[in-house]
Formats: sequence, structure tokens, C-alpha cells
Amino acid sequence: MPKKSLMLGNHAIARGLYEAGVTVVSSYPGTPSTEITFATAQYKDVMHAEWSPNEKVSCEVAVGASVAGARSFTGMKHVGLNVASDPLYTFSYSGVGGGLVIAIADDPGMHSSQNEQDSRRHAIASKCLMLEPADSRECLEFTKKAYDLSEEYDVPVLIRLSTRISHSQGIVELNERVERKLPDYKKDAAKFVMMPAFARGRRVVVDERERKLAEYAEVTPLNVIEDNNSDIGIICAGTTYQYSKEALGDKANYLKLGMVNPLPTELIKKFAEKVKTLYIAEEMDPIIEQHCKAIGLEVKGKEVFPRIGEYSQSIIRKAVSGESFESNDFCEPITVRPPVMCAGCSHRGLFYVLGKLGVMVNGDIGCYTLGATPPLSAMDTCICMGAGVSALHGFNIARRRSGEEPGKTPAIGIVGDSTFVHSGITGLINIVYNQSNSVVIIADNSITGMTGGQNTPANGRDIYGNSAPSIDLELMCKACGVNRVTVINPGDIEECERIIRQELEAGEASVIIARKPCSLLKTFEKKPPLQVTPEKCTGCKICLKICCPALSFTDKKATVNQTLCVGCGVCSKACKFGAFTGGKNS
Amino acid sequence: MKTTSIMFVGVGGQGTLLASRIVGHVLLEQGFDTKVSEVHGMSQRGGSVTTYVKYGDKVHSPIVDTGEADYIVGFEQMEAARWLPYLAKGGKMLINTQKLPPMPVITGATQYNQDIVGKIESAGVGVVSLDALELAEKAGSPRSVNVVMMGSLSRELGFEEKLWIEAIRACSPPVALECNLKAFEFGRNSITV
Ligand SMILES: Cc1ncc(C[n+]2csc(CCOP(=O)(O)OP(=O)(O)O)c2C)c(N)n1
Repeated sequence: MPKKSLMLGNHAIARGLYEAGVTVVSSYPGTPSTEITFATAQYKDVMHAEWSPNEKVSCEVAVGASVAGARSFTGMKHVGLNVASDPLYTFSYSGVGGGLVIAIADDPGMHSSQNEQDSRRHAIASKCLMLEPADSRECLEFTKKAYDLSEEYDVPVLIRLSTRISHSQGIVELNERVERKLPDYKKDAAKFVMMPAFARGRRVVVDERERKLAEYAEVTPLNVIEDNNSDIGIICAGTTYQYSKEALGDKANYLKLGMVNPLPTELIKKFAEKVKTLYIAEEMDPIIEQHCKAIGLEVKGKEVFPRIGEYSQSIIRKAVSGESFESNDFCEPITVRPPVMCAGCSHRGLFYVLGKLGVMVNGDIGCYTLGATPPLSAMDTCICMGAGVSALHGFNIARRRSGEEPGKTPAIGIVGDSTFVHSGITGLINIVYNQSNSVVIIADNSITGMTGGQNTPANGRDIYGNSAPSIDLELMCKACGVNRVTVINPGDIEECERIIRQELEAGEASVIIARKPCSLLKTFEKKPPLQVTPEKCTGCKICLKICCPALSFTDKKATVNQTLCVGCGVCSKACKFGAFTGGKNS
Repeated sequence: MKTTSIMFVGVGGQGTLLASRIVGHVLLEQGFDTKVSEVHGMSQRGGSVTTYVKYGDKVHSPIVDTGEADYIVGFEQMEAARWLPYLAKGGKMLINTQKLPPMPVITGATQYNQDIVGKIESAGVGVVSLDALELAEKAGSPRSVNVVMMGSLSRELGFEEKLWIEAIRACSPPVALECNLKAFEFGRNSITV
């Protein structure tokens, strides 16, 4: 009997990669996809896993491995596919050598993302096959199936996940790995050199492939009808299958789509014939709904289900049967609990200073984005990875070219170390080349913090934790043409303030590297917690402005939580009365 | 068998993930269909976190919705109150009486609610409350609050004690094992305070 295990959807995908005989895995982290690639590191005897600088690079690594004849994989969050779409859209024309599978984790409800985009749109636009598993068991099974389909139809296969599928544990059955023999390399320029003459040839092949895939969609065992003799029919996929089943059990008929691009037509019509009311339960965009309407069916979709956010069993229940469960409410309002920078976070001092200076902060994505919320409130923008550098250039140029005198609206860019390597470097080159004299801070905490602590090309460790060559950020900035590169300790708020002021006045492109390790790193050196001398504390609450979870007020005096405090000492620097003692900087 | 739904609610960093893994381990050994759902990322930075554990003959949805939880294990008082609407009629709450003020309370923008346990009880809800922090410290580390709460939950769910202990052995990092075993014992033998 195969061994059973309780696994996260993401871990089940990793297991599927192992069992499918995959050789190369290259990804950039992104919640909720990160654990897939991290988990493949445990199979290092038979598979190569790596963190690459960004999703475009990792997708191209997987493409190269596929051309080499091996089965390859890359996984990313939904916005990662925007970055990787360039290679994807064209490699779709080439088709594969060894099977190529890309997992994309969507995040309806934006638990940890900056937008709620629906990755099925990318599958349609790139003309790739897309599967959507509904639990951990299917994550494993569909992954293996995806490789067979990729090779059979000569197409990259996308696997669409969502937060609830990626981060739910369910029971899976484990099987052995099936090794594949690497074929000898054979050059095939007409397939893999996508210049116009060859691409036109492949365009026709892709068209024929779409027709074959549409035929397959009608008969694939991945699309399943569950007939319960009901008047109500529900077309669903992934999460919405689970929510619908839980809400309605056998009181509805289901068409569960395991393959969500291309969509079947005849199968849907056949399913529709047997029911009176046909519902389309899909989170985010009305893609199945529009397909059904285009083939002439009357369906209830977004008119009864939400257009925004995550679904749940009660949302389905309420929309279909009008029922809802009773519940208790707490008798008073309860304050929200926003996430905050950890005690000892290296970003804290820096953002305290930025808030104090009141400069325009052109932000980016990472733990440091928490600097946007009160009481720090020191961030003006956050768009996508890399924009902290590039958009600053646009901001500064616009104000200058519109005639504003220099120094009237001082603006600064901020980017994390991982984000800088991901897509900040190109923006920095632009600052130098097109001369906006902008000042960029690299908040270098030696780790990809926000996604749970992955090593980076700039911290000297690879995915396995082994030592690896590291890029030197100072040299990198200098090589981009920045003459002013200063390294500061962001925990030293006086130094921070002095250097930021100085660089803003320099009138030249400048990079400030604010370097201090993340306090969650295993190698982080904790110091004894700080103590408050109550006689010295005037109760002014200036220390609360640093937004530290270890600080609070009791009886009008500051108190330090002795369990949480790691002794970084930023509070003692902020206090004008010397009320804090102990810690690193005192 | 009807599906049983449990929620772990707390503050990022309190170890709800380890707790859910321990229960998941026990349930798998019992042969139930089981789903455990957790949210990673942003919420781990001191934000409000929830984990869902569901088991039965066949579990579909991985999440627990309003009015559905048979048990809510509150690792912190305010979080217990926040998720009260998720408790089913007749459901039970296990509450660690520890208070972790959120940032708006620390800065003085709002207040921490008074007498949360009393107010939940007067809504007619069955409550078991315990000072899990004190018990965890007694066991050797304030970080074992999560395992103390599992000890308390083990009384409610039944299942053999030895299964729980095996699960703790399987899920604990070696350095924390001894303390976690004690913490479990303290939680299991604690009485309502
Ligand atoms: C295109 C894209 N890929 C991945 C992510 C997920 N993500 C958000 S921030 C971040 C990196 C954070 O690392 P770093 O810049 O070093 O800052 P830190 O969190 O360590 O402060 C990642 C991977 C994303 N938002 N967009």
C-alpha cells in the first residue's frame, strides 16, 4: 500500500515533481508559492533546485533545461508571471523539449499580495494548457499528469494554485520516482529559434495545437461530472469545487473542471442540458462565465457571486440556497491588529528617520513596506518589485522638468536587497544614465525577509544553505556608475539621519546601503533586553513612534516586554531622556 | 461522521502553525480525512493569524466559516473575541488569558477590551480559560504556549494521550522537545482558572 502523508498543497507539488522525474527547478520566492521550490531542496540527490534573481530568469532557466531534454519546473506567485511572461509567451510557440511545468499561485483576497490578478488570463493569452487542482492529492497527481501532457501536446503546462490550495494540508499518497533517460541533444532551429521566419511557422503549429487541446478538454478525465439528479448545476474548479460541495453536498450536480484552459464546450452544454439553473462558481474574473455565455448558455455567475475577494462555503450557500448559519458577535468593537516590523527588525531605525525627515519615500515591496503604516507612516508609494528605484527617477525628473527648484520636494527611493537584485539594478542604471541625481536606499537585511527568509545572490548562501558566491552590492552600484555609495547601520538613527540629509543635498546619483541582518536569522545575535529607569521616563511617548511590538506603556511609563525584546537599542536612541539602559547601542 | 471544525487564532509568532501540525499528525494517525489550512506571509509579522483544522469521513472546504467552528482555540484574548462569530452554536472556546496589545492599543489610539472572557461567557458560550503563558514558563519556555494549548485541546477531542505525545515528538525541533512534552502535560492537566 502506498504511504500516506498529510501535506501542504505546495509540498505535494514538490513531491509530484520528484515522482515525475523532474531534474531542474528554478524559482524566485513569492507567497503563496514559495514552499514548492523550498521543498524540492530535500530531493537534492536527484534534482537541482535554486533560487534565481527573478521570475524571468527562473522561467528562462526552466526553458533552457527543457531544451536540453530534461523535465523542468518553475513556480511563482501570480505577479511573478507578469515578470516571466516574456519568455513564456514565445516559448509557447516553440513547445517543449523535456516537459515544462509552471505553477502559479493566485491570491484571491490578497492575503499577501499587492493585487488580485487572475492567472488564467495569462494561460489564454500565451495559449498554454492550464490545470487547476482542488486539494493536495490533486496537486501531486496533476503535477505528474502535467508533464505527460506537456510532452504529448508539445506545450508548456501551467498549474493554477491559490492561497487555500497551496497552504492547506491534505492527505496524499506517495509513490516512487520514475527516472527518465535524457535524450541526446539534437539541434532544431525551426522549433527553438523564434525569429520571424520560424515563428510564423510555429504560429500555425500553435493554432493546430489549440484545436487539439480543445478536443482534449472535451474528453479529459481531469474534467469530471458528478450527477446527483438535481435541478441545480454548478460549474467550478479548485477552491470553488470544495466550497460548493461543502455548502450543497449532493443537492447539486457538479462539473468540476481540472483543466481550466482551454475550456470544453460540448461537455458544458451536455452538463447544462440536465439542470434548470446553472451556476458558475469561480473566484476573481468571470472567465468560465463568459465562455458559457459565448456558447449561448444562460448562467448565473457574478450577478449572484462576488467579483472581489475569496469565496467560502457560506458565500456559495447563501447565493444558491439563501441559507446562512447563526453566529455570535462579540459585544464590542475589536481593534484591528495590523502586522508590524518584528522586534529587532533592521528596518525600524531607518523608517523612524524617514518619517521624521518627512521626505517623499518612493517605496517597494518587502518587510520594509510595513514602514508605510502608522506610527511610522514613512512610505508614499508601493507598486511592484523594482519600482522603488525606477519610479523615483520618473518622480524626480518630472518635478525638475516642471521647473521646481532643487530640494523643494526631497524624494528618496527604498528597495530591499533581494528586490534590488530582482529588478532594482536596471532602474539604478537608468538613474545614472539619464541623470536624475536620485538617492536610493538599499535596505540590506541579508535575506528575502517577507517571504519567510530565502537566501539571495547577495548573501553568500544557496537554497541548500551552503556557501555560494555572492555579488558585492557596493561594487555593483559603483559598476552601474554611482560614485557615491555609503554603507550605514540603520539601527544608528543619528548616523541614518546625517547621511540621508547629506546625500539628498549632494546633487548626484547616490546609493545608501542600510546594512543590518534580519532579526529572524538564525545567526542573529540577541542582546539582553533593555530596561526602563522609571524616574527618567517622562511619559512623552516618543519611543512609541518607532513602532516596536516589545514596547508599551503601563502607568504612564514605558515598559519593555522582556520576552520579545532582542536588545537592538533603537528605542534608547529615540529617547531624549536616557530612560532606556542596556542593549546594543548604549 | 460529521466533520469537526477547529480554529486556532492568535498573533503571528505564537506558534499556531506548529500547533496545527501536531493536531494534523494525531488526526492522520486516527485515519480521518483531514485538512489543515494556514496562511503564511504578511500575517506572520505580528498580525492576527488563523489556522483551520477539519476532520471527518470526507472534508471538502479547507476553511472554517462564520458559525461553523466546534472549537476555537484562542492563543490570545483579543483574538479569541475577534473570531467569536466563527463559533458554531453550542461550540466551545479554549482561551489563553494572555494579552498581547496590538499597535493601535500600544500607541494609545484605542483600548484593549476589558473582561473579554466574561463577556464571551455571558454570550452563552462554553469557555475554558487558562494562563498558558505561566504554564509554558513553568515548562521551561514562554514559546511553548502553543503546546500548552494543545494539551488543553487534547482533553476536548479525546484520542489517546500517547498519540498526542508521538505527534509532539514528530513535530518538535529537538531542542524544544523536552519543554514541549512538559508544556503539553501542564495544559492537559490544567483546570479552569
Ligand atoms: C514579481 C514579484 N515576485 C515576488 C514577489 C513576492 N515578494 C514580495 S517582497 C519580496 C522580496 C522581499 O525581500 P527584500 O527585498 O530583501 O526585503 P525584506 O522583505 O527582506 O525586507 C518578494 C519575493 C512580488 N511581490 N512580486
